[in-house]
Amino acid sequence: MRRVVVTGVGTVNALAKDVPGTFRAFREGRCGIGPLGFRDADRLSVRIGAEVRGWRPEDHFAAGELPLLDRVTQYALVAGSEAVAMAELPGGLGARGGVILGTAAGGIQTWEDNYRAVFQEGRNRVSPLVVPRLMHNAPASHLSIRHGLTGPVLSVSSACASANHAMGLALQQIRLGAADVMLTGGAEAMLCFGGIKAWEGLRVLAPDACRPFSLGRKGMVIGDGAGVLVFEAEEHARARGARILAEVAGFAMTSDARDIVAPTPEGAAEAMRAALADGGLAAEDVGYINAHGTGTLANDRAEAAAIRAVFPQPPPVSSTKAMHGHAIGATGALEALAVILALTEGILPPTIGLQAPDPDCDLDVVAHVARPVRVTAALSNAFAFGGLNAVLAFRQA
Amino acid sequence: MERAEIEAGVIAILAQQLLLPPSEIASDATVAELGLDSLGKVEAIFALEERFDIHVPFNANEPDQPDFDFSSVPSIVAGVERLIAQQTE
Repeated sequence: MRRVVVTGVGTVNALAKDVPGTFRAFREGRCGIGPLGFRDADRLSVRIGAEVRGWRPEDHFAAGELPLLDRVTQYALVAGSEAVAMAELPGGLGARGGVILGTAAGGIQTWEDNYRAVFQEGRNRVSPLVVPRLMHNAPASHLSIRHGLTGPVLSVSSACASANHAMGLALQQIRLGAADVMLTGGAEAMLCFGGIKAWEGLRVLAPDACRPFSLGRKGMVIGDGAGVLVFEAEEHARARGARILAEVAGFAMTSDARDIVAPTPEGAAEAMRAALADGGLAAEDVGYINAHGTGTLANDRAEAAAIRAVFPQPPPVSSTKAMHGHAIGATGALEALAVILALTEGILPPTIGLQAPDPDCDLDVVAHVARPVRVTAALSNAFAFGGLNAVLAFRQA
Repeated sequence: MERAEIEAGVIAILAQQLLLPPSEIASDATVAELGLDSLGKVEAIFALEERFDIHVPFNANEPDQPDFDFSSVPSIVAGVERLIAQQTE
């Protein structure tokens, strides 16, 4: 079976608009969550989120391109360019290159703006570009166009697990021999009035902060952003002398097949076990778990139980969502960056905002400040509404 | 609004979520014994807000719910009464 490695990474998120800035924030344990600044935020009961502040599309795109690009696509393209540049990908990959990208809400801002126009303002016409702008595959397709990748290109939507599912499928495409290089990860831009209004109804958003695994936690905080990783067949990367950041060792996905919102520890545990097996890893090889860790009662307890079921001696665990927010369909890609920092620099990004350990989440939580530990393998968990579990295993290059 | 009217409204909303006739929900029933799941609970709270034109401070991540006691029919009725009274103050 072909081995697959990561040769480039890129991101735009609430912490920074690039990877060096994001790694710095991970090392420093900085929080990207703040007051929401978009239109009609004063009509929401939840007023915080992890927005990409100071985003100026005109800094990244020509005026003529912007009518086609929802913010979700803008984030994906900027993150993709950083990843491709870091990987120093050669041109002319053509059908040997592809894109599989996760998103949960796609171009939701475009839906919102145009519903406003027809329902609220009574207009009878919308731009002819609305459909290509809002479709879920717009970020993946624009990445394929920009980088000339004509092989497997598609979008994946599985709520909070979208990016992990996308990366798992990208890994499989390369293993199958269907491509040598895949751009993968996720993009999300759900921080708009309609996006948060919908989440409010579930009563799972925190009004103050995201505090995974902590007593006193009040739920999740939504974030925006994108993470794009360059996955590449190891022999392809070595032949061109590329810098290898980490190996994508394994992947597994399971479904709880139980409840549409409440998670079960069993489905999560089975996904972790199967990801380890797929990567040829034993539980004791894993030195770090980047948890799904949403900061809800239901997730954190179920995830802690699942980790304890798989790992007799659980390794250190952190949830970086307290820093970059829960970027829903992009979150797995941001968290893969945290894993890459752990593997390349031996730094475990912290779970900030922890007030007191929850006895129902009996784990070694990396709290408040980053922890220097040499790690040779790590897991990244994603567990979505709908009971869908997607776990990636990474190994030091 | 009279307490009896609020109680009837609360029972009707719970009955709808539980797919029961309202007559089968006692006026002192607890939510635990009725067997309402977490999604049913947030749907019931939404229905309370729509029915009584109030905002219910409820977060599914706070089991002891300091702001709104959703544990029984009497506690929900008392909470709705309080929220209606606050609005007219």
